[in-house]
Amino acid sequence: MEQEYTLQIENLRSSFLTDNGEVKAVNEVSINVPKGSIVGIVGESGCGKSMTARSVMRLLKYPGKIMGGSILLEGKDLTQLSEKEMQSVRGGEISMIFQEPMTSLNPVVKVGKQVSEAAMLHQNISAAEAKELVLEIFRRVGISEAEKRYESFPHQLSGGLRQRVMIAMAMICRPKLLIADEPTTALDVTVEAQILKLMKQLRDETGMSIIIISHNLGVIAELCDYVYVMYAGRVVEEADVFTLFESPRHPYTKGLLNSVSALELEQERLETIPGSVPNLRRLPAGCAFCARCAYAMEYCPEQLPQLQEVAHGHRVRCHLVEGGAANGEE
Amino acid sequence: MLKSIASRIGQTLIVIVGVAMLIFFLLRIVPGNAVATMMSEHADAATIARISAELGLDKPWYVQFWIYITGALHGDFGTSYALHRPVKELLLLSFPNTVKLAVLAALVAWIIGVLAGIVAAQKKNGFLDRIFMGFSLLGVSMPVFMVAMILQYTIAYKLHWLPISGGDSLKCFILPAIALGWNSAGSIARLTRSTLLEVLQEDYIDTARAKGRSQMGVIVLHALRNAMLPVLTMMALQLSSLLSGAVITETVFGINGIGRLAVDAISGRDIPLLQGTVLFTTVLVVLGNLVADCLYTVLDPRIRKEA
Repeated sequence: MEQEYTLQIENLRSSFLTDNGEVKAVNEVSINVPKGSIVGIVGESGCGKSMTARSVMRLLKYPGKIMGGSILLEGKDLTQLSEKEMQSVRGGEISMIFQEPMTSLNPVVKVGKQVSEAAMLHQNISAAEAKELVLEIFRRVGISEAEKRYESFPHQLSGGLRQRVMIAMAMICRPKLLIADEPTTALDVTVEAQILKLMKQLRDETGMSIIIISHNLGVIAELCDYVYVMYAGRVVEEADVFTLFESPRHPYTKGLLNSVSALELEQERLETIPGSVPNLRRLPAGCAFCARCAYAMEYCPEQLPQLQEVAHGHRVRCHLVEGGAANGEE
Repeated sequence: MLKSIASRIGQTLIVIVGVAMLIFFLLRIVPGNAVATMMSEHADAATIARISAELGLDKPWYVQFWIYITGALHGDFGTSYALHRPVKELLLLSFPNTVKLAVLAALVAWIIGVLAGIVAAQKKNGFLDRIFMGFSLLGVSMPVFMVAMILQYTIAYKLHWLPISGGDSLKCFILPAIALGWNSAGSIARLTRSTLLEVLQEDYIDTARAKGRSQMGVIVLHALRNAMLPVLTMMALQLSSLLSGAVITETVFGINGIGRLAVDAISGRDIPLLQGTVLFTTVLVVLGNLVADCLYTVLDPRIRKEA
C-alpha cells in the first residue's frame, strides 16, 4: 500500500556555526510524517528535537543553519524555497506552537488581533471576516466568552487559555502540519490533559498531521501514533507507539522508559540513566550513548551503528541489534 | 485608564508647586544682593535701600512669597528689574523660539535616533551599525557648545551653507537643532538598538515569524512597540536636557529664547525674570513627562489599571 506523507525529512543536518567550529545539533535525521498521523519526537534537552522542528520552519536561531538534507512538505522541498515563499508556508501550511505560552504572545497586542493577524496574512479576507473566523476558532478550541477574550491582553489570561490561543492561532489557516514544541511542559497536569485532548480532537476533525516534541513519555504515549527517539542529534530508535513502549530495543529508550514512575510497580526509587548528555562538540566517532550504556562493547565508541530495521517500521541504531546476534534483551 | 491618568495629573500639579517654592527659597539663599548687582559701583547704601523698598525686597520673606505665589497663579510673574517689562510678556515673546528649537532638536534626535537604532540592530556588527554607533558615541561624548562651535565653523563659516547665528527663519534653526539634538539622538539610537536586539530574542517574535510575518513586519508590528517602551522613558527624560541644552545653544547661536532669557536673568540677578523662566521651564518638562506617562499607558496594557 502506498503511504501518503505530509512531511518527509531526509538526512537533515543542522548545525550551530560558532566561533569555535561547527556543532552538529541535528545529524542525518530522517523523519516521516504520514498524513493525518501524530508523530512524536522524544529525547533529553539538547538532543536536537527542537532544532529539527525549527529546521522544518526554517526558524533556526542564529548561528544555527541547515547544512544539508531535504524537508519535503507534500513533495515540495522547503530547504529550496526562498524566504518569501517560506513566509507563505509558515502559518499557512505549517504552524508551530511553542513551549512557553506565557511568553509566546506579544504582551502589548490583544490576543484576538494576534490570531486574526495570522488569518489575514494567508487568506484574502477583511478584518471583520477575520474576526468572525477568530471567534469561531476560539469557540472550537474551548475558549469560553470568545467575544470578551478577543479583546483581552495576554497578561489577563491563564497559561492554559494562552496555550489555547496559541493553538487557535496555529489552526486558523487549517495547516497541513502542526508542530508542537513541548506544548504542555509549562502547564499543570490537569490543563495538560485538556490541551492534549484538544489537539487530538482537532487532528480527528481536520485530518491534519501533528509533530509533537516532548521529553515527557506520558504525553507521547497519550497522543502519538509514531515515535522517534533522538539522542545527541541522531535518531536512535523509531517505531509505532505500541511497539516502542512494549518492546523498546535501544538501551537509551529502555532507560527512558524505566525512568518513568509506574504506579502499579512497587519501586523504592526511580531508575535513572547514569551520566549526562554528551557534549556535541566532542562526540565519539561511534555511538554517542556508549559512555552511559550498560551494554557498551569494545567497538561501540569507534563504530557508528546504522539504523537497522528489526521489525516492520521499527528501526534501531545500536550494535546490539546488528545482525540479530544480540537483541539487547538480558 | 482615565483614573490613572487623572492621578498623574494631580501628581504633576504637586511637583509644579514644589518647584515654585524651591526656586523662591533658593534665590533668597544664594549670596549676592540683587539691587547692588544692578547698580554696580555707582550705588550708595541709601539708594540700594530705596530701590529695594520699591521692588518689595525689604518685606519679610513670607510676604514676598505670598506675593510671588498669588501672582504666579494669576499668570503674573512681576516685572523684570533689568528690562523693565513684565516677565510674562518676555516669556511669551521668547517662548516660540525655544519651542521651535526644542521641537526641531527633538525631531532630529528622535526620528534619526530611532531609525539609526533600528538599522543598526538589523545590521548588527555590520558596516552601517559601526558607522551609526560611531556617530552616536560622538554625539553622546561631545558637549553641546563644542558641537555648536564645530558646526558654526565648518558648515556656516567655511562652507556658507547655513547662517552662523541670529535670525528667525527656519534655516537659522537647522544648525542649532543639530547641535542640540545630536546628543539625544546618540543615546536614543543606542537604546533603540539594544532594546530592539533584546526584544527580537523574545518568544513572541518567534511566534510572529511562525505566523508567516516578514522580517520587516515582525520588527514594525511586534518588536518596535515593545522596544519603544524604555525608549519613550528616555525621551521624556531628555526633554529637560533639551531645554537646559537650549540655554547654551541659544546663547551660542544668538537665538532669543527662554534659555537666553534665563542666562541674562542669572547674570543680572533679575529675580522675577529668573523665577519666571525657571518655573516656565519646569512646567514644560513636567508636562512633557505627563504626556510620556499617558503614552506609556496607551502603549503598554500591562500598566493599565483593571477597570
